Amino acid sequence: MKLIFEKSRPGRRAADLPASDVPPVDLNDAIGEKYLRGDLEMPEVAEIDLVRHFTNLSRRNFGVDLGFYPLGSCTMKYNPKVNEDAAALPGFAGLHPAASESFAQGNLELMFSMQRLLSHIFGMAEFTLQPAAGAHGELTGVMMIKKYFESRGEKRGIILIPDTAHGTNPASGALCGFETVTLRSNAEGGVDLEHLESLMSANVAALMLTNPNTLGLFERGIEKVAALVHGKGGLLYGDGANANAFLGKVRPGDLGFDIIQLNLHKTFSTPHGGGGPGSGPVGVCAKLADYLPVPRIAKKGEVYSWSDNYPQSIGRVRSFYGNFAVVVKAYAYIRSLGAEGLRRATEMAVLNANYIKEKLKPHFDLPYDRVCMHECVFSGSRQAAQNGVHTTDIAKRLIDFGFHPPTVYFPLIVEQAMMIEPTETESKETLDAFCDAMIAIALEASQNPQLVKDAPFSTPVARLDEVLAARRPDVTWKKQ
Amino acid sequence: MSKPNPQDRFYSKDHEWIKDDGGGTAFIGITDHAQELLTDIVFVELPPIGKKVAAGGTLAVVESVKSVSDVYAPVGCEVIEVNTELENAPELINADAFGTGWIAKVRPDDAAQIKALMSSADYDSLIREEKQ
Amino acid sequence: MDYCPHTQEDSEQMQAVIGVKSIDELFDDIPQKYRIKNIPGVPPPLSEHETMELLKSIAARNSMPSMTLTGAGAYAHFIPSVVGHITGRAEFYTAYTPYQAEISQGILQATYEYQTMIAHLTGTEVANASMYDGASAMAEAAILAAKISGRSRILVARSVHPQYRQVLSTYLWANGFTLSEIPYTAQGRIDETELEKALDDSVAAVILQSPNFFGCIEDIRPTALAAHDRGAMLIAGFGDATSMGILEPAGACGADFVVGEGQSFGNPLYYGGPYLGIFAAREKYLRRIPGRIVGATVDKNGKRGFVLTLQTREQHIRREKATSNICSNEALCALAACVYLTALGKNLRELAKLNIYKTQYLKSRLLELPGWNRVFSAPVYNEFALAYPDAKAANARLEEAGMIGAYDLGRDYPELENTLLFCATELISKQDMDRAVEALR
Repeated sequence: MKLIFEKSRPGRRAADLPASDVPPVDLNDAIGEKYLRGDLEMPEVAEIDLVRHFTNLSRRNFGVDLGFYPLGSCTMKYNPKVNEDAAALPGFAGLHPAASESFAQGNLELMFSMQRLLSHIFGMAEFTLQPAAGAHGELTGVMMIKKYFESRGEKRGIILIPDTAHGTNPASGALCGFETVTLRSNAEGGVDLEHLESLMSANVAALMLTNPNTLGLFERGIEKVAALVHGKGGLLYGDGANANAFLGKVRPGDLGFDIIQLNLHKTFSTPHGGGGPGSGPVGVCAKLADYLPVPRIAKKGEVYSWSDNYPQSIGRVRSFYGNFAVVVKAYAYIRSLGAEGLRRATEMAVLNANYIKEKLKPHFDLPYDRVCMHECVFSGSRQAAQNGVHTTDIAKRLIDFGFHPPTVYFPLIVEQAMMIEPTETESKETLDAFCDAMIAIALEASQNPQLVKDAPFSTPVARLDEVLAARRPDVTWKKQ
Repeated sequence: MSKPNPQDRFYSKDHEWIKDDGGGTAFIGITDHAQELLTDIVFVELPPIGKKVAAGGTLAVVESVKSVSDVYAPVGCEVIEVNTELENAPELINADAFGTGWIAKVRPDDAAQIKALMSSADYDSLIREEKQ
Repeated sequence: MDYCPHTQEDSEQMQAVIGVKSIDELFDDIPQKYRIKNIPGVPPPLSEHETMELLKSIAARNSMPSMTLTGAGAYAHFIPSVVGHITGRAEFYTAYTPYQAEISQGILQATYEYQTMIAHLTGTEVANASMYDGASAMAEAAILAAKISGRSRILVARSVHPQYRQVLSTYLWANGFTLSEIPYTAQGRIDETELEKALDDSVAAVILQSPNFFGCIEDIRPTALAAHDRGAMLIAGFGDATSMGILEPAGACGADFVVGEGQSFGNPLYYGGPYLGIFAAREKYLRRIPGRIVGATVDKNGKRGFVLTLQTREQHIRREKATSNICSNEALCALAACVYLTALGKNLRELAKLNIYKTQYLKSRLLELPGWNRVFSAPVYNEFALAYPDAKAANARLEEAGMIGAYDLGRDYPELENTLLFCATELISKQDMDRAVEALR
């Protein structure tokens, strides 16, 4: 498809402007000639050109409204439409963030209530809604860990990170000046407790644990893990990427987690928009509350206000108050599901993942064969060894069957990994159709491997040359 | 199958080669086995001229589409020249790791240290072990 | 209302396949003593109608102003209808990150187009696919400059958005770098003399913003020269992004990085977010910048296509050595910006002019009132500061008239007590401005 620049014709416009109702001024006088730009190369198209261009682009994109999207660790559940309507209410969409609190009582109340709801669901004392995404929440959480030890005059330089962790964990740790040390997994896919015990010392600030982990397995030794970390004065950080696995079943705060970051765009169904926005609230136990980012919401009687008066705070991590509109959608979601609905969502998510696990087990290697939580991780090693068909080939072939592929090659400790997260909003028929497709591909891999290796066939472009893209980067269009 | 490891140079366990050119300087690159493991190389971060690197220190960084690997200095040395051809053609390492795909020319702190590294025969057996 | 389609029969059949007698059995790995049966504090479910009524009632507790005279980092602009219609297409809206390029060509191509527009507008060669917001984009640029240069100090003009300086301070503290502030002059611009004094070989980067927080247009070239002379980089922010339609871009004035808030390009105010962090840079830094980058390539049949590229910079590959930890960005806000900029095309310049005209009108009208005085002498885009003996009372009068008044600079600058920062965009009519002036008379 042509680029919008290649469709440009001088003189066309898609949006007009009102005539000025105030006198024009001479820009050379008002601004100064030396500060004015010369060229302005913008596409020139009519409104119909614009609409057709972007509508046709949209048809080359796959979203959860089009089909099953079992992208492991991303919780691609259905995004209820009512939440969109709620966030678009003029009262939410149109208010300026610097408006005085007297204009914004509704927004403040909603954020305050959201913090409370999250505290109840996760068992944490306080929440901040300021971080803009999960990784931003992680960074905020690690900053709080740093500040906590600084304020106690303790020098702790290490953060422990399991070998199953998301890459954001070590990156967040390193961005706060911590050395990150890898913690091994044991044979059943959990934390190797002996290794943890040997690594824990008074120099360890925290363990960053995803629970259930990226294998989709609940940490059976969680009590022991918490005791070992706390026993040496460390903090237990929870990566909440997989929170869809335990809503209404267990609360991380009760398990001993001191900090947890969430991803509202995963667990609480806000649409991810092709890569973002997200929202990454961070919850903390009482002893860490003073370190939360500012400003925080204060409630006096029935009146809400912003307060900066927390001298121990790490400070700000974002302008204004975070991705407010995302918070509105997640709030609407939590209120519509209620306690009962959240619990049922988790139950159905876990049921669906175990169903897929059982149905695909005969056809693909399952490195950790135990009851899983909201996702299951298979290995394509059998297909790779027997047929030379790799996980990426299976993923690409799935596209031809109308499904979004699972997360592949992650977690790193599983060879040829395929991480499947069905979520609770998918019906049995959808899961059956997906499993049938996977089984058909396994058969194709043994009978006609080249077919799988050449897939996909149904897409506007075939497999793309990523080597060329990285060797000779072309990241902006240049006029010929 | 990777190309045979030339006998005119020495090897590190991290899959670098170093070849003494006799004039008090030496060339360093990665082995053909290493480039095979890395797959298509898309970028090489070359060191600045004059950089001093301790033995085992990071000399350069080699990137493929989905991986990043440090290239370590097999011996302590100072960088005196880099293969600028790699800036526009990192694929030279894939095509000719032992020749035109060299990475840096260095002045070893102690040229005798080179001979303390693995011979091609030692390196052949290391690769055999790794494959098993 | 929940959104789980399973009937009781479905659920039972699936349990039978799995081999469990109850769903509860699936949770046996969770220690029994921590298991909960309910979530105290979370109310019972609501129907769709009830949900909407609840949210409407909360939204109604906000007071909607008849006009907004504040900018200060978020700007009320007209958004053409096409923007919402395109970004609302479910194919874009309900997609995750484009990890599978073959079924993500839509967002990938649109992002490539966005990167192209942003590089051109900022006068640089490359741009990433977006950051969280202007403040975090600026903080990431500062950290990158420190890492590239091996230097540890960052100098920031006090005329940079106060919240951006706060975010910078948080990020730099966490990374072990230091931040010092450079004062502003009576013009309302960075103090070049003080900057020269503060510049030494430990400085990784100088940060300024133009238009700056006071609305003033900075003279970027001499600052860039001064920074570069000492081996430091120049990071240039901007106020209202629409100013790029008319002002010489910072990249053309020597900035190494141009970062800031792109909300003005087609994104609603939303009480502060989601917004759009713009991150643009010189080409030589392409392999170091944070965030996702889309690149053009070809498929095996030679057809042009787009992929996420240079991923070795990112956390999922480089882990603790990654440039940044960013993963999710603001892709949909970048798409909105791309559609907005396409809709405006070269009219972006006309829009910028309109903002200048309105601003000059409001400023001249206010200066006619007794007690109101100009504060800074540098030229401005669509914001300007005025002094008034009782700024709080003035704002209270505007609020009484149902308007969001001007931004009180005394909140962030003790020395600017009783100084108000006004903003006038194309959305404000002459009649509106006259009404505001009357309220202040």
